[in-house]
Amino acid sequence: MSEKVLITGNEAIGEAAIQAGCRFFFGYPITPQNTIPEYLSYRLPQVGGCFVQAESEIAAIYMVFGAAGAGARVLTSSSGPGISLKQEGISYIAAAELPCVIVNVMRGGPGLGGILPSQSDYFQATKGGGHGDYHLLVLAPSTVQETVNLVMDAFDLADKYCNPVMVLADGYIGQMMEPVEFKKRPSKELLAKDWAVTGAKNRPRSLIKSLYLNPEELEQHNLKLHKKYLEMAEYEVRVETYLTSDAEIIIAAYGTVARISKTAIKILREKGIKVGLVRPITVFPFPYKTFADISEKVDDVLVVEMSLGQMIEDVKLGVCGRAKVHFYGRVGGMVPTYDEIVREVDKIKESKA
Amino acid sequence: MMKAVFRRPKSMFSVPTHYCPGCGHGIIHRLLAEVIDEFGIREKVVGVAPVGCSVLIYNYINCDMYEAAHGRAPAIATGCKRVHPDLIVFTYQGDGDLASIGTAEIVHAATRGENITVLFVNNAVYGMTGGQMAPTTLLGQKTTTSPFGRASKREGYPIRIAEMLATLEGATYVTRVSVHSPRAIIAAKRALKKAFEIQINGLGFSLVEFLSQCPTGWGISPTEATKWVEEKMIPYFPLGEFKVPKSEKSLK
Ligand SMILES: Cc1ncc(C[n+]2csc(CCOP(=O)(O)OP(=O)(O)O)c2C)c(N)n1
Ligand code: SF4
Repeated sequence: MSEKVLITGNEAIGEAAIQAGCRFFFGYPITPQNTIPEYLSYRLPQVGGCFVQAESEIAAIYMVFGAAGAGARVLTSSSGPGISLKQEGISYIAAAELPCVIVNVMRGGPGLGGILPSQSDYFQATKGGGHGDYHLLVLAPSTVQETVNLVMDAFDLADKYCNPVMVLADGYIGQMMEPVEFKKRPSKELLAKDWAVTGAKNRPRSLIKSLYLNPEELEQHNLKLHKKYLEMAEYEVRVETYLTSDAEIIIAAYGTVARISKTAIKILREKGIKVGLVRPITVFPFPYKTFADISEKVDDVLVVEMSLGQMIEDVKLGVCGRAKVHFYGRVGGMVPTYDEIVREVDKIKESKA
Repeated sequence: MMKAVFRRPKSMFSVPTHYCPGCGHGIIHRLLAEVIDEFGIREKVVGVAPVGCSVLIYNYINCDMYEAAHGRAPAIATGCKRVHPDLIVFTYQGDGDLASIGTAEIVHAATRGENITVLFVNNAVYGMTGGQMAPTTLLGQKTTTSPFGRASKREGYPIRIAEMLATLEGATYVTRVSVHSPRAIIAAKRALKKAFEIQINGLGFSLVEFLSQCPTGWGISPTEATKWVEEKMIPYFPLGEFKVPKSEKSLK
């Protein structure tokens, strides 16, 4: 029987990866994700796996490239500055269609920024990040339990689409302790990786590459990748709606901020203001349709982020001018409080009175 | 009865290469294929191609392969070897790739003592992008980005990779060879065989630096290029073994 254990988000990420069959981790220290590699450096050898502290995030992501290309389930994790260094490799991994999971425990930027929680890397995560026309599938958990579930799902999704999957967490989730359950999953047959580099024995050789000098071939390759992103948009969108059916104002938030927003919504409802929440769980593919539907019913959407407005661009695309989109954000490691959110909703309410 | 004395190695595809006349890459590819054949390991070999003129090495060598990003081949080889320690993994890298953009990756792969084999092709220029200055470009050598000739005050000194890596505890075998003459080629093959043998025996990191002709990048004829290796490169980049296994006997 699985039971609940009290564990930090970062350690939960490490354990969830192991439970999902991941046996390889390559990374480089950076706050606030250090307890992921620290945890895995002793856990992986216990299960016959391998942990390597690379010389840089650049090397780490190419070790991931090598291990993923060799057919293994493989994880790397980092935070802002390190994720920036990984972008070259992430582009190559997306181009070569290799499955892997990348965790970004977001901290404040730009530059060295700070080490406290933020949501400053939304654009980088959802709009490509590195060079070329590609996307990651991006999952944004808001509790430690959800982090565990999404990390496990991330490995399946990566294999299913032969695409890198990012788990976009923030320093709060990484450092927060919560009781979680590592639910045994119905043991699924792992997808066969007949494309992997394993030695060309009794088969044509495998080749993992991203160079297409012939423009017609590269266009075909781009279209093939694009088709996967369209399929993700069709089948993989995940979104939580909370108290939206009678809502007159909708808050849009993801991750830690969505949690805080729920508290604000309770307070607002006690005051008689009907507010609901739309929480994207996949931020790529983004739940545009949910926002399109919502905008038919409400006049105001308040986007709350730990950034100065990144997800708001996707919310606006979903709403498409049918509702007014407001914004409230705190940055630099500052976190919006529930009373700040209550105040923002009050302002919207007053402006309409 | 006619006896075949020369044929294409089995591990090589039967296609013409895209290399310029007199280029050293083709010779080194052939040595690699011969060594793979002689050890009978083609089905266990995984190669990592670089970014550079030899990016298309996978069109010529018939084994499982990755195509790396510029300079990152040793990290990819590390990832592969950690997953499949039984595979024989090599990287093939130019001097821009290994000695400039990828110095961190090669130094740390050697430091970790990754059980891989590195073929490092030093042709003193960036061939693929049009003959720009490389970290190995000789003092006085004119390239498209050192038009006045490399001057130490302005462009620094050419880097001796084999000597540098030989200082690392993690490196097992480091040698420099050349492919400018039949005699040199025979010695080069011997070194490459030894490097693979070290990996096959699980003894750790091996690297063979090849001095290689790039007539196009140097703006001279293929014949002049072989002379240039002999007269200009070898005096600065001496041939020989810089690091050998602690016990040469450990080789079977
Ligand atoms: C990140 C990155 N920077 C630059 C390039 C452009 N580039 C392609 S090949 C090359 C130089 C290769 O030279 P070398 O490694 O000496 O190999 P050679 O072509 O001489 O065999 C460069 C700079 C690239 N592909 N990627
Ligand atoms: S440019 Fe130089 S290295 Fe490249 S193929 Fe031609 S001769 Fe060889």
